[in-house]
Amino acid sequence: MRATMRAPLALSRAALFLAPLAQHKGRLAVSVLAIALGVALGYAVQLINAVALNEFSQAVRSLAGEADLEIRGPRAGFDEMLYARVARMAQVAVASPVLEAEAKLPGRKEPLHLLGVDAFRAAQVQPALIGSAPADLLDLLRPDAIFLSPAAADSLSLKPGDRLAVQVGLTQQSLRVAGLLRASGRERLGVMDIAAAQLLLGRSGSISRLDLRLRPGADMDAVQADLQAQLPPGLIVERSHRDLQRNANLSRAYRVNLNVLALVALFTGGFLVFSAQALSVVRRRAQLALLRVFGVTRGGIARMLLAEGALIGAAGAVLGLVAGYLMAAAVLARFGADLGAGEFRGLHPDLHADPWASALFFALGVAVALAGSLSAALEAARAAPAQALKAGDEQTAFARLRPAWPGVALLLAGALCTAAGPVGGIPLFGYIAIALMLLGTLALMPRLATTVFAVLPLPRAAGARLALAQLQGAPGQAAVSLAAIVASFSLMVAMGIMVASFRVSLSQWLDQVLPAELYMRTGMGGDTGFLSPEDQERIAALPGVRRAEFLRIEQLLLAPDKPRVALLARSFGGDDPGQRLPLVGAAFAPRAGDPPPLWASEAMVDLYGYRVGQVVQLPLAGQLRRFTVAGIWRDYARQHGSVIIARELYMAYTGDRKANDVALYLAPGASPASVMRAIRASIPGAANVEYGAPAEIRARSLKVFDRTFAVTYALEAVAVIIGLFGLSSNFGALVLARSREFGMLRHVGMTRRQIGAMLAAEGALVSALGLALGLALGWVISLVLIRVVNRQSFHWSMELHPPWALLALLAAALLLLAMFTALASGRRALGVDVVRAVREDW
Amino acid sequence: MLVLDKLAKTYAGARSRSVLRGVDLTLAAGEYIAVMGESGIGKSTLLNLIAGLDAPDAGSIRLDGVELTRLDDDAATLLRRKSMGFVFQAFHILPYLSLAQNVALPLVLNRVAEDEAAARTHAMLAAVGLAGREASMPRELSGGELQRAAIARALVHSPKLLLADEPTGNLDPDSAAQVLALLRAQVKTRNAACILVTHSQAAAATADRIVVLTAQGLREAG
Repeated sequence: MRATMRAPLALSRAALFLAPLAQHKGRLAVSVLAIALGVALGYAVQLINAVALNEFSQAVRSLAGEADLEIRGPRAGFDEMLYARVARMAQVAVASPVLEAEAKLPGRKEPLHLLGVDAFRAAQVQPALIGSAPADLLDLLRPDAIFLSPAAADSLSLKPGDRLAVQVGLTQQSLRVAGLLRASGRERLGVMDIAAAQLLLGRSGSISRLDLRLRPGADMDAVQADLQAQLPPGLIVERSHRDLQRNANLSRAYRVNLNVLALVALFTGGFLVFSAQALSVVRRRAQLALLRVFGVTRGGIARMLLAEGALIGAAGAVLGLVAGYLMAAAVLARFGADLGAGEFRGLHPDLHADPWASALFFALGVAVALAGSLSAALEAARAAPAQALKAGDEQTAFARLRPAWPGVALLLAGALCTAAGPVGGIPLFGYIAIALMLLGTLALMPRLATTVFAVLPLPRAAGARLALAQLQGAPGQAAVSLAAIVASFSLMVAMGIMVASFRVSLSQWLDQVLPAELYMRTGMGGDTGFLSPEDQERIAALPGVRRAEFLRIEQLLLAPDKPRVALLARSFGGDDPGQRLPLVGAAFAPRAGDPPPLWASEAMVDLYGYRVGQVVQLPLAGQLRRFTVAGIWRDYARQHGSVIIARELYMAYTGDRKANDVALYLAPGASPASVMRAIRASIPGAANVEYGAPAEIRARSLKVFDRTFAVTYALEAVAVIIGLFGLSSNFGALVLARSREFGMLRHVGMTRRQIGAMLAAEGALVSALGLALGLALGWVISLVLIRVVNRQSFHWSMELHPPWALLALLAAALLLLAMFTALASGRRALGVDVVRAVREDW
Repeated sequence: MLVLDKLAKTYAGARSRSVLRGVDLTLAAGEYIAVMGESGIGKSTLLNLIAGLDAPDAGSIRLDGVELTRLDDDAATLLRRKSMGFVFQAFHILPYLSLAQNVALPLVLNRVAEDEAAARTHAMLAAVGLAGREASMPRELSGGELQRAAIARALVHSPKLLLADEPTGNLDPDSAAQVLALLRAQVKTRNAACILVTHSQAAAATADRIVVLTAQGLREAG
């Protein structure tokens, strides 16, 4: 009996809950799709990042094997004598020396990660690096034998017995593929005997890494501290796999920024849900009041509306997870894990759905939809039932003007957040500042709308007059109808200004750092290419060359928790480096007796606290050398820090006379093409290096820039599309909610055209306000992006170059679109029977 | 002034329904009549046909000699704007406009000069007992006050014909009596014609004569 009584009740409750959703399927679909798009983008980016990092971590783990501690130093390596000393330590069971290089493969863009190991030592520490049962065990020691990982063999289309050409300096060396490694990771890896590798790379007596396995019972902390005290400057002993974290840090800012961009789409979707739910509640005001009359509590109303939001969020999230997975699979197949930015070069990962990420993004979708529904739910719960039951009361929801202080407080809090530093290298407070500014502006919109519309004179034409009067009297409408579009347009403006500023600044920077007529680089596609002193002499002596400035690039490890810093040892041909470098701020001329000058990039200021005039120490060739920071320069090529010192000094300190790049100033009458020909003719192997005139390098760099930001544009476009969806859907809903008003106006003699004009005027006025606010807010957010988010993420500054013409064009296009949307919505509304409209109570 | 001749209206559809048949009516300026009849008989349809908001299937509607059934939508709208006023059961006062702005709406639509519109609005509000409430917003008014404002809006542009559809349906008896008295007084003062559609005998009793709408047409009440 109880069951039969309960069944219809349960049914009616479900109907009560679901019927309003089913009534407006179109708007419901838009809300669900908005959430789905946001979740899909966020989930896809997360999956791609996670998979790429997972593969990367597996590769690092297989390389480090079972080592307890690792000794690392500059990229170029350190003296192998340390190996003998450490191996003799009582606490060390096994020490395995490794020489690492990114071997340049002629004719290929991607290098091969080359490891030189001592097979007998490596077998005890990194067994994955030993070839699987080579036919001839002596191949483990032969100077021309290399073992490839299955991934490398696959991508190079090589099999045991084939030959592999490796470029060292400007010459090609041929190696024989002796077998495949046991390593099953997807990294492209080649392993050979360490002595053979030293000989091959011209780095005799040098190793890059020393992996240590300690004796059972050894106190790892004590051994680490003891070892560190004995190490020469520039070397660091650390727990195994620490390199994993350091390398993950390399791409973290990029990954976080991508995630945040993807979440912007979800955030915008939340505003769309807010608008849709606010309008839905306005339309159902009398229905909800009736439920209150029948005994549903305020809490019950709020819970019902929040449940609606949660349902929208859940539906959107499920759709988004499926779409995100498919999107990630498609992107990985098409662009690879770095999304075109080059952060995860060489990795070709498989996609796996991560249950935690799935749960997180499902929860995010639901949470955002819930947050979007909260304000509408509270508004509905607060409404007085008796008043709300009266026909026409729905418009009073828009007429209420809330206090300004929450909006002002949010803006102030946002402004305060911009002053905070990064959290773990991530501009967390920068992102919070942007969100607070956005919310603050939206909270202030009704008041801003009232202020702006109040000063506008009432036009003579009835339609426009009524439109303005309507907006003056219903300030809440502006907030509801424009939430999504203000959010998406301001973020689009902000991104537009940031990207344009970055592009112009990069272009100007390239002009400044590329003063020569021809550039020659050996470092592209690996670090084994270089110009020997003889090569340099020949190049400098060529008749077409007036001046040759050589550059040597080395990587120094200055802190265990940070990626390596680039040391650029370059000649300036007698010029004042302060004039040649794109300095930020004043230069400092070291006084007599001061250590020699060094020019640090902005990242050195942020990451290592460098200041102009400060004396700093750099580990060069195992010794700490003192320098005076003579200036801070802008380096758009390296986000983890770089320093420039005079090459002559570098050679004196290290004895390293090799060079990676050369800038050539041509003699009168010589052309870049003729000099290139002369170099190729006079230097064996010179065909294997990259040449470029400044214009080519500039064009190529800007192309890479545009490709990198293509993902940004795509994500932003999605946010804007969601915003436009919101505008269109909300205008439609608003107009339908006002069908009674239009019915009355038709009764008192307004023509359809006049009502159309009224709606177009309303659309134009509200959108103009929204776009103006979006533009202003976008400009402020762009400052936060440029001076806080970008600076804290990538450690470089840029000048502000807003693309005003483009933004104005975009705003005009959106304004037109908004007017058309309003008109189209009006046409639908006027299709409603005007007679019925004035008779309907609800 | 208003002449209805053999007016007929049928709603088409799967189950077509004949609402009005052979409706004849003549209304002189200054005349105030009440139309009664059972629910669904077509009282509101009759008002909509007279207002030009719906088209009859047969018959004619002449207002001051103008045949309404031959007017297109725009022309009917202009005629309605100039010559008719409406009072609704649900008031339909725009919540975002002040009382004065609501009342002035027909004057704005008829392009009456601003100063004159202000003066007429002021006078009209005073006439319906809402003097000094020009700046009030609708939410600040009671139901009776809202309906008085609606009457002011219906008459401010001195229409020839006032159409009132259950104007007291949402009011308590005291307010209803006040509104009806006001409606009659204003109609008479301005020499407008008025058709009051109502179910209420008390409301109908305020009219000059009562007609009853039946399936066969309009007949004078006993």
